[in-house]
Amino acid sequence: MALDKSEVEKIAQLARLHISEADADEVANRITDILALIDQMQSIDTESVEPMAHPLDAVQRLRVDEITESDHRDEFQTLAPETQDGLYLVPKVIE
Amino acid sequence: MIEKTAAELSQALANGEISSVELTQSYLDRIKKYNEELNSYITVCEESALVQAKEADKKRVHSDSSPLLGIPLAHKDIFCTNGVTTTCGSRMLHNFIAPYDATVVGKLNDAGVVMLGKTNMDEFAMGSSNETSFFGPVRNPWDTNRVPGGSSGGSAAAVAADLCTMATGTDTGGSIRQPAAFCGITGFKPSYGRVSRWGMIAFASSLDQAGPLTKSAEDAALMTNVMAGLDKKDSTSIDKPVEDYTATLNDSLEGLKIGIPKQHFAEGLTADVEKGIQEALCEYEKLGASITEVDLPNNHLSVSAYYVVAPAEASANLSRYDGVRYGYRCANPVDLEDMYNRTRSEGFGEEVKRRILVGTYALSAGYYDAYYRKAQKIRRLIKNDFVETFKEVDVIIGPTSPHTAFELGTKTDPVTMYLEDIYTIAVNLAGLPAISIPAGIANGLPLGMQIVGRDFGEAQILNVAHQFQQQTDWHRQKPNFGQET
Repeated sequence: MALDKSEVEKIAQLARLHISEADADEVANRITDILALIDQMQSIDTESVEPMAHPLDAVQRLRVDEITESDHRDEFQTLAPETQDGLYLVPKVIE
Repeated sequence: MIEKTAAELSQALANGEISSVELTQSYLDRIKKYNEELNSYITVCEESALVQAKEADKKRVHSDSSPLLGIPLAHKDIFCTNGVTTTCGSRMLHNFIAPYDATVVGKLNDAGVVMLGKTNMDEFAMGSSNETSFFGPVRNPWDTNRVPGGSSGGSAAAVAADLCTMATGTDTGGSIRQPAAFCGITGFKPSYGRVSRWGMIAFASSLDQAGPLTKSAEDAALMTNVMAGLDKKDSTSIDKPVEDYTATLNDSLEGLKIGIPKQHFAEGLTADVEKGIQEALCEYEKLGASITEVDLPNNHLSVSAYYVVAPAEASANLSRYDGVRYGYRCANPVDLEDMYNRTRSEGFGEEVKRRILVGTYALSAGYYDAYYRKAQKIRRLIKNDFVETFKEVDVIIGPTSPHTAFELGTKTDPVTMYLEDIYTIAVNLAGLPAISIPAGIANGLPLGMQIVGRDFGEAQILNVAHQFQQQTDWHRQKPNFGQET
């Protein structure tokens, strides 16, 4: 399947990526090439095949829902670009 | 000393021929001298390495005899290391100082290793040449105009050039085995779930697996003994006892049944590599193994299925990089949307963005069945091929890569690069263990042989690799780079 510029822009928006006008055609062409590689798998009938999500068909291990971790908020927030009073700061969302 | 295997150094340390401090200092000196050209390390931890080495020497006096005590190693920069920058080869994490140790790092620390530093890699482990790193490409010590392979290219080059004794790596589609092949060392990917993924920065969660890059299969067994095991912090790690992988290294291969997949000896394989592998197979016949051709009829679909599964999972995993809690944030965002978009566009490199886009497309409304679900069905067919084959044979052997290391900057088209992993990718989709060991030299460059085992057949393939290394000395061959004799 060939992707055009407007489709690439739509996907980029979903992925929160900005693709410049100048790069959009190039990106669309590269992705079209990759989709051509991927489409090779369409050549084979898999109607009766069960999808495999895990190589060992293992199921997720669950645990009792109890607090096991200690609080590291201050330590972790030293890594953040901007914090205030224990909160992560981002540009203003509501005027 | 620096060229020796971990097993040999362990003996030398135990006999008092050398101390861990002396050994660590020799590697640090070599790193200072040669890393600028190879670019195999992103971060070097000189001070803390010497502290760890002193500690190891002290423990030895108090009769601690752990096999890896005092052995200097490097960690791929995908593993979180407490207090040490952990970049994953990306601008997005160029300033990220991990606040904790990955389980693998913690376990190796407990075993007394010395961490020399963090190795270069393709950005977020996406690449087969180490050229997508934000920190620049790594050069192959066998020929510095060539790539070391990827994504664990820094680890492979560092081991090959004796800038460490051993290193950790991760393998999602061949990222331990292919660089090991290109750099003439041993690279081992255990079964999916055998080694904890906790603290290992996620690329494709149903495929990612950590493993060792070493100078011998015996060293790979020693490292896997420490790295493997259930981790309650990783819900996909497997609850199965860890064997002593060194215990069966010397078992005889008499009667071993080796399968040779015809798809791995077909069009695209270079004559040099084919010849090397055929000669290696003769060694196995001398050891009493029998060789039969086997069929993996869906192997040709593995790259297609992989380039749905891996990018889809990556697009979800990499959505966490939003410029809010850690890592890169763009300058002067006008609003929240602008901050997300510019942070991610400036923080990620071209290949990572491409895969996020492919993955987002494959998972978007209306395409899920045609792509992700279809790829999961192909994945089942690929696994079934292996299950059937392992009813007939004990291990599957073939080339790790169709050719030896290629020149930097020569594979600029993504699809060409993706086809690099044609022999390794199916193994990840099926979750099987596999090792690459040096099996020859063609035109001055090492070539790798891949040995694939059954689910949790780690001990067997390490045994099969070790026996080859007892008969041959390909794993002892060294590049001219950095030779000081």
